[in-house]
Amino acid sequence: MSSILIKGGRILDPSTGRDETGDLWIVGGKIAKSGRKAARTIDAKGMWVVPGLIDIHVHFREPGGEAKETIADGCAAAVAGGFTSVATMANTGHPVETAMAVRYVRDRAAEAGLARVFPFGAVTKGLRGEELAEIGLMAKAGAAGFSDDGHPVMNSEVMRRALEYAAMFGKPVVSHCEDAHLTKGAAMNEGPVATELGLRGWPAVAESAMAARDAMLSRWTGGHVHIAHVSAKETVEVIRAAKAAGARVTAEASPHHLTLDDQKLRGYDPRFKMNPPLRSAEDVQAVVAALADGTLDCIASDHAPHGTEEKEQEFAACPNGVVGLETTLGVILTDLVAEGKLTANRAIEAMTVGPARVLGLPHGTLAAGSAADVTIIDPGRKWKVDPAKFRSRGRCTPWEGRTLKGAAAVTIVDGRIVFES
Amino acid sequence: MARPPKGPAAWTRRHLLGIRELTRGDLDAVLSLARKLKKTPPSAPPLKGRRLLTFFVESSTRTKTSFGIAARRLGAEVVDVSPVGSSLTKGESLNDTARTIESMGVDFSVVRHPASGAPHHISKAVRSSVVNAGDGANEHPTQALLDLFTMEEHLGRSSGLRVALVGDILHSRVARSNLWAHRLLGNDVTVVGPATLIPRGIEEMGATVTHDLDSVLGTHDVIMMLRLQLERQQAGLFPSTAEYARLFGLTRERMSKLRKGAIVMHPGPMIRGWEISSEAADGQASVIQDQVANGVFVRMAVLMQLGDAR
Repeated sequence: MSSILIKGGRILDPSTGRDETGDLWIVGGKIAKSGRKAARTIDAKGMWVVPGLIDIHVHFREPGGEAKETIADGCAAAVAGGFTSVATMANTGHPVETAMAVRYVRDRAAEAGLARVFPFGAVTKGLRGEELAEIGLMAKAGAAGFSDDGHPVMNSEVMRRALEYAAMFGKPVVSHCEDAHLTKGAAMNEGPVATELGLRGWPAVAESAMAARDAMLSRWTGGHVHIAHVSAKETVEVIRAAKAAGARVTAEASPHHLTLDDQKLRGYDPRFKMNPPLRSAEDVQAVVAALADGTLDCIASDHAPHGTEEKEQEFAACPNGVVGLETTLGVILTDLVAEGKLTANRAIEAMTVGPARVLGLPHGTLAAGSAADVTIIDPGRKWKVDPAKFRSRGRCTPWEGRTLKGAAAVTIVDGRIVFES
Repeated sequence: MARPPKGPAAWTRRHLLGIRELTRGDLDAVLSLARKLKKTPPSAPPLKGRRLLTFFVESSTRTKTSFGIAARRLGAEVVDVSPVGSSLTKGESLNDTARTIESMGVDFSVVRHPASGAPHHISKAVRSSVVNAGDGANEHPTQALLDLFTMEEHLGRSSGLRVALVGDILHSRVARSNLWAHRLLGNDVTVVGPATLIPRGIEEMGATVTHDLDSVLGTHDVIMMLRLQLERQQAGLFPSTAEYARLFGLTRERMSKLRKGAIVMHPGPMIRGWEISSEAADGQASVIQDQVANGVFVRMAVLMQLGDAR
């Protein structure tokens, strides 16, 4: 494998605390201290050279939902957005609930040859929340963890057993915290804006109450719960308390919950419809603060592509979810880092070593000897979000038309350049 | 011939999606035109040659009929395309249905839909004037306009009023349109109902909340009763219709506590014995039949405003 020299960039690696201008060598697919005779030299002056970004919450829909997204297109979107690793949710068209399905996702990802893909398996058979799926066999086949995602495990006994069982294999259970009894027919955050618009509310307590249950089950069982897309300030309080008590609880925040609030829903625009919904400005502030202080471990996009025709329905009928892989980096740099709400170091940490630790992945670092997953970021590049240019099959984004500052210039996976802008 | 007043009072908007979007001037302009129309019917039909479509994806008798009569009195042709087992149930999207119908030539689309925001959605896809005839729990703007018109007729003014909206506020588009209207007019609105049927944050729309109906009877100028639907009880939002009637129904006993000159309103359809007694619905203070009659003039005024604005 030929060597690559990345010259004169700002090397920013939160995993080792390194932040300096210098050269980075990739030799034999690994990060190296030095090298000789680079086959390719990349001038990184003015750029940031960071560990390959990691997004542990994406929906690639395949198998069974290929009209919305495929593993190949999802991977193309990932590397274009600077992401070298993603973890795919199990609620695909045909749910990933067997070892065979886990292998299928990994094989399709290998064929695409772009980003690394770590599939989650289902917690329960058919995502029905009743009987455990074959967690052990899926773990052996390479499942990164287990989640029924949008079909929250309502039965506390089932969740307890899932945590106990998954812990045998050292894998987390990812919880989309939503008490489904409290959110039947809900279209947006419950509060003054929903009241004004006459839309059925999704109360924040449906998330925080479930997070509290899962945190307590984690303490009881010793199992690892990872709380997905935290949206409410009370959920932040639950996680903070659970961590203080020593529970194995980790959590993520999505770019939209970090930057947008439910005032955007006026006008019934489906580009702002997701689950959990956009919350109040106060919630957004609390989620940002929790990411900054480490209560939340990482940023994850919840990349959730849908067909344009599905998103073009009346608000209550259109599905939840927006794409994120190609906008996350720009949004975080523009709306959080440039605004002074998050340091560059913490932002990169939350997209590299932060998510790597949640799933126990050996990535998200530029330490010598590790696999060469590297993202070169042009922090000054201004670009306009144009969904027509997305690699993803999904076109629905709340940032359509926004001008963002900061983008991936080069993405390297395992020592291979897989994207160059 | 009655024409919308020229100058700043005439509407410049193309659609009527909600009272929320209106200005005080818009409100005054349409109500003053409605008054004029009630006094003197237009001598020549101002909307002759125009076509109005009623598209009701939710059952309605009075609103659809009222729009139809209003349009015909103005000389417009009325076509009803409400989907009873038609293409909408076959999976055609709302936008495609709207565009298809519009291709047949339409000037006004009067839309009722169970989803909040559906008329807003349609208005972005079509060229005709969209009139919201009730969308989910969002708005029912012409109802609020006819309510204001009727209040003014009976109380001699539409501002400086104390108005009580009683019942299922959570699911009521009539309540929301009334709240927006009274906010524009600076009226004092109290919403009354069980805690489970009062939506969070309604105070931010300018309402005061109480769960005690008796506390407003002696003070408020308008007691507006809202429709109670049995499915709300089935959804566990209150224990029984009998308990509801005792706590929140306008019973015969309560009628004696009304402030002198106060009026009783109801947008219909009403269920006698639940939210309202016959004594209240048919009594001296009731203006419920006038609301229905005034609906026609208000809707004529709305169509003329929208028709000329284009």
